[in-house]
Amino acid sequence: MEKEGTQQMLLEIQDLRVNFTTYAGKVQVLNGVDLKLREGEIFGLVGESGCGKSVTALTIAGLLPENSEIVSGEIMFAGDDLLKKSSNQMREIRAMRVAMIFQDPMTFLNPVLTVGTQLTESIDVRYGKAISQGWRPPEIGEALGATSASKRVGRREKKKILYHMGIQALKRVRLPDAERLMKSFPHELSGGMRQRVMIAMALARNPDLLIADEITTALDVTIQAQILELLRVLRGELKSTIVVITHDLGVVAEVCDRIGVMYAGDVVEVATVEDLFAKPMHPYTQGLLHAIPIVTGGNERLESVKGTVPDLIHPPPACRFNPRCPHAWDLCSQKKPELLAESPGHFVACHLYTKGKGS
Amino acid sequence: MSTKRTRESQARTEELKYTMHQLFRNPLVVLGLVLSVFFIVASIYVTKIMNPNALTNPLGLGNMTLGSLSVNPSIFLNILIYGAIAYAIQRLYGNKWATIAFVAVIFIILYVPIPQQLQAVDPNGPSNLMYEQKLCWNSQSLINWGTQTTSCPASTNYLLGTDDFGRDLFQMILIAIPLDLSIALEIVLIATAFGVVVGAIAAYSGGKIDEVLLRITDIFFAFPGLILALVLAAVLGRTITTLTIAVLIVWWPTYVRLIRGQILAEKSKNYVEALKSLGLSSRRILFLHIIPNSIYPVLVQSTLDIGGVILTFSALMFLGFSPSPVLPELGNLASAGVTYFFQAPWLIFFPGATIVVISLAFNLIGDGIRDVLDPRLRR
Repeated sequence: MEKEGTQQMLLEIQDLRVNFTTYAGKVQVLNGVDLKLREGEIFGLVGESGCGKSVTALTIAGLLPENSEIVSGEIMFAGDDLLKKSSNQMREIRAMRVAMIFQDPMTFLNPVLTVGTQLTESIDVRYGKAISQGWRPPEIGEALGATSASKRVGRREKKKILYHMGIQALKRVRLPDAERLMKSFPHELSGGMRQRVMIAMALARNPDLLIADEITTALDVTIQAQILELLRVLRGELKSTIVVITHDLGVVAEVCDRIGVMYAGDVVEVATVEDLFAKPMHPYTQGLLHAIPIVTGGNERLESVKGTVPDLIHPPPACRFNPRCPHAWDLCSQKKPELLAESPGHFVACHLYTKGKGS
Repeated sequence: MSTKRTRESQARTEELKYTMHQLFRNPLVVLGLVLSVFFIVASIYVTKIMNPNALTNPLGLGNMTLGSLSVNPSIFLNILIYGAIAYAIQRLYGNKWATIAFVAVIFIILYVPIPQQLQAVDPNGPSNLMYEQKLCWNSQSLINWGTQTTSCPASTNYLLGTDDFGRDLFQMILIAIPLDLSIALEIVLIATAFGVVVGAIAAYSGGKIDEVLLRITDIFFAFPGLILALVLAAVLGRTITTLTIAVLIVWWPTYVRLIRGQILAEKSKNYVEALKSLGLSSRRILFLHIIPNSIYPVLVQSTLDIGGVILTFSALMFLGFSPSPVLPELGNLASAGVTYFFQAPWLIFFPGATIVVISLAFNLIGDGIRDVLDPRLRR
């Protein structure tokens, strides 16, 4: 693999293989995923349902379900291999460095606690220790009087600080009337508001890595637009690296710097947004882009990628796309293609491009 | 003023208000509430309602106190109780001054400077019971219990007749209510707390821990409850404490089963995953998030069980595990009545009726709470 410039890598996933044990057999969900995330970028991970986008995210966060098994691979996060951490160390990392926003805001908030309680709790997990040792969030220093900044703080004052940080977080995601929201229960909010609350919970903790798993899927179109707009505004304010997981190419085109396309547990293509849309190289990506309906076009039949998603218990040999690929040749069913750079910053895993090089 | 706390409690108050509104729409619940409040107030003020002469009579209590409910309500305790009531009513229904006035009036009516404490009798003291008239019934009473029953002397006024020791049955029942209630509350509270913790740990950890804990509860489920309690009582001995422990041991496994099922359903929900992704510890997730979400059926069950515990405890007494034949406990009183069923039917009737009414009161409340907390009936 070639070097990707001098920019520092926050996360490097290499040859990650994950199996799920089910009654029907071993499902090979991830088949050697390779990914590199640069510090501070917004990376889009796209692919159809069941291609392993969310499993990749859960593996990074150490939240895989019990019937799963990590066969091989390593996840280097700021110099440490996350797969070698104990569950307690992973909890620490989730608390301090990695945040996740989930798909369905309706069910990811605890229904019996107020938004304020949940928001301040999430901030408490991240900053609680620091606050009791005298640390103060910079933006609210004057609001509470900076005089007591040096001495240890009591419970009451800590709560006050957490409350202010909560309000700040809600304001940051452009939620009006933050004071009232703090004492609302989740069922009193609309879907878009809840998703904003979830985003606020994640952002308030200033994570190094923010994983947004299908955050717009459960929302209706106008709210989707608002949330995307919010992400776009926030990316200027944030230092975090963001992974946007979605099956909607429109979403990644809106907010991302680079895109990784996944198919059946493989990363098949990684490129910048401009490159990918201008010059898709992998046949699957080409098929996907063809399948996007064009509003201004004529009344043509909608293109689709031929064939069906493979059964991952008995996946096709070598390149998993070969049964559906219009350009497949002998090598495609014999050897798994590697993710190689075709042009600077544009990686593709396909034998079509290795043919000429005689490998 | 801690802003966060008040905001949180405001939201809670709103919810509670709505729940109360739903509760009070059900006449049966109101009946149950009125009855149980009546019994609890009667328990607290039993020393004042009682005839002072009865207090000096030997009750066979030894050094036992009558349970926490009737223990010497001091001025401080009174202020605390009425303060809490006033605060609750004011939060729920607004108007501050009307509430304070209302509570103040009750306080003045009920308050007597030094409430007497029930006198415990020295167990080595005089044991010959010096009552004149055993098993008598007032002739001017509304109920005619039959010609075979004895009439009390005209000078005396026993509202519900006398028992086989010649004690005023009404007074005995009054003393018995706080005793039974406090024991029932004690048993239910401890059993619920213990059962919830065990069940929660079993459900949340799963695997071997779950299996082991559940098989242990299965051992207790294998016996019929009352029989097990009888055996335990026979082994442990016949004092109030040991009988309480016996019933407690029989009672807790129900809650383990109940909360376990709830938590199993709850822990697979999405918000739990979200909490894990926040890096919260398992203990925090379990006790702060999952249990509050799954506790409602247990609360309903506990309320319903107060009646059941009183019945079981009385049944133990009734079956002869009473520490002393003179102990004023509802089951014990009823048990004495069996012997004299034809001469003095009131002796079994009134304690029995009291047990029924108390159990009914708590059952009605429990049923009402179940209806209100049913999410399908909520907004």
